[in-house]
Amino acid sequence: MSNYAVFIWSAYGATALALGGLVLLSLLARRQVRRELSARGLERPREQRAGTAR
Amino acid sequence: MATLHFLANPARFRRFAQRVLPALSIATALAVAVGLYWALVIAPPDYQQGETVRIMFIHVPAATVAMGGYVLLAVLGASLLVWRHPLAALMARATAPVGATFTAVGLITGSLWGRPMWGTYWVWDARLTSFLLLFFLFLGHIALSRAYDDPDRGDRAASILALVGAINVPVIKFSVDWWNTLHQPASIMRLGGPTIDPTILYPLLWMMLTFALLFVLLVLLRTDTEIDRRRLEAAEMAA
Amino acid sequence: MTAFTALFLRDLRLVLRRPGDVVVVLAFFVVATTLFPLGIGPEQNLLARIAGGVLWAAALFAALLSLERLFASDYEDGALDLLLLAPGALELAALAKCAAHWIVTGLPLALLAPLLGVTFGLDGKSLAAVALTLLVGTPTLSLIGGLAAALTLGARRSGALLALLALPLCVPTLIFGTGAIEAVATGEGFTVHIAILAALALMALATLPWAMAAALRQAGE
Repeated sequence: MSNYAVFIWSAYGATALALGGLVLLSLLARRQVRRELSARGLERPREQRAGTAR
Repeated sequence: MATLHFLANPARFRRFAQRVLPALSIATALAVAVGLYWALVIAPPDYQQGETVRIMFIHVPAATVAMGGYVLLAVLGASLLVWRHPLAALMARATAPVGATFTAVGLITGSLWGRPMWGTYWVWDARLTSFLLLFFLFLGHIALSRAYDDPDRGDRAASILALVGAINVPVIKFSVDWWNTLHQPASIMRLGGPTIDPTILYPLLWMMLTFALLFVLLVLLRTDTEIDRRRLEAAEMAA
Repeated sequence: MTAFTALFLRDLRLVLRRPGDVVVVLAFFVVATTLFPLGIGPEQNLLARIAGGVLWAAALFAALLSLERLFASDYEDGALDLLLLAPGALELAALAKCAAHWIVTGLPLALLAPLLGVTFGLDGKSLAAVALTLLVGTPTLSLIGGLAAALTLGARRSGALLALLALPLCVPTLIFGTGAIEAVATGEGFTVHIAILAALALMALATLPWAMAAALRQAGE
C-alpha cells in the first residue's frame, strides 16, 4: 500500500484552513462592525429603547 | 417552541449570546483538541482502508453539519415568511456562509478520500451531485439575500429559495439507497444499528459533536454581528 | 374565458408582438449548438455521444435568456401591482406566464433540437428521444426559471443572479433528460427517465406557482 499520508494531511490542512479562516473572518467582521458602531457612539442599545429616531 | 420565541427578540438574543459565547468557545476548542488527538493518534487504522479512514473523521461530520445547516436555513426561512420572527432573517444571513464552508469542506475532504479509496477524485453519481447542488444552493442564498438595497426584500427572497431547495436534503440522504452510487451506503443511521467498529465509531461521533459545536458557535457569533450590522445600516439611513 | 386563459393569451400576444425576442432565443440555440461540431471536429462517434448533453445544455441556456424579462416589464410599468390587487389567484397568473414562456421558448426548442441533432449524426430513434425529452423537460425549466425571475425582480445584477439560482435547480431535469437520450443510444429503454422527467414536471407544477406568487407578492410590497 502506497503512502496515503499526503491525502490525509491535505484533508486536515484544507479543513483547518477553511474552518479556521471562517472563524477568523467572522471575528474580524464582528470587530469591524462594532468599531463602526462605536465611532457613531451607538454601541449601547439604550438609544433603541428610548425610541428616539434621530 | 417557547425557547424559540424567547430568543426571537434581538436584544434578548444578544444577552444570551454574550453569556454563552465565551463558554462555548472554550468547549469547542477543547472538543477540537480531544477530537484531533483521538482521530489522528488513538484511533487504529481501518482493516480495509488503512490510515485513510482518518479522513472520514472530518468528511462525515462536515457533510452532516452542512445538511443540518441547510435544514436550519429552511426552518429560518419558514419562520420569517410565516411568523415574521425578527431574528430569523439575521440568523439566516449568518448561517448561509457557514453552511457553504462546511459543504466545501465536505466536498474537498470527500474528494481527497475518494482518490485513495476508489481511485478517483470525483464522480457524477447521485450523492456527490446532489451534495454539490447543496453548495450552489448556499451560494445562491448568500447572493440573493444581499442583492437588494432593501435588506428585507433580500431576506424574504432568500427564504423562498431556501424552502424550495429543501427538497435536495432528503435527496442527498437517500441517494445512496435509491441509486447504485460509488459512494458507500449508510453505515450509521440505519435500521439495525451502526455497522462500524466502536474504536472507529466513537471518535467519529465525537468529531460530529465537535463540528456541531463549531457550527453553533459560528452561527451565534455571526448572528450577533448581523444584529450590529443591521443597527449600523439603520443608523446610516437615518443620518 | 377563465382568468388563466385570459392572462395566458395576453402574455402570448405581448410576446408575439415582438417576434424578434423569440427569434433571438432560437437563433442563440442554433448558433450555440453549432459551435460544438465546429470546435470539436467532425468525428461522428464523438459528436453522437455528446449530442444529447450539448442540445440539452444549449436549450437550458437559451431558455434562461428570455427569463429575465418574464416579469420585469410588468414590474416596471406597474402591471404587476394591478395583478397583485386583482381578485384572481396570483398562482394562476404566474403559471399563465410560465405557460406562455414555454410556448414560445421550450416548445420551439424541442421541435428545433432534432433538426440540429442531425448535424451531430444522431439516428432516428435518438432524434425522437431528443424531441421527447425536451418536450417533457422544458416545462419544468420554464417553471424553475419563472421562480428565479420572480425572486430576482429588481435585484442588482439580476441576470447573473437568475442564472445562479436557476441552473442548480435545473440540474436534475438536465441529468434525466440527457440520461434518457443516452439510454436510447445504448439500446436500453428510456421509459424510466421519461417517467422521472414527467414526475419532476408535475412536482414543479404542484409547488412552484405558489413559490412564485410568494416571491411576486414580496416584490410588490
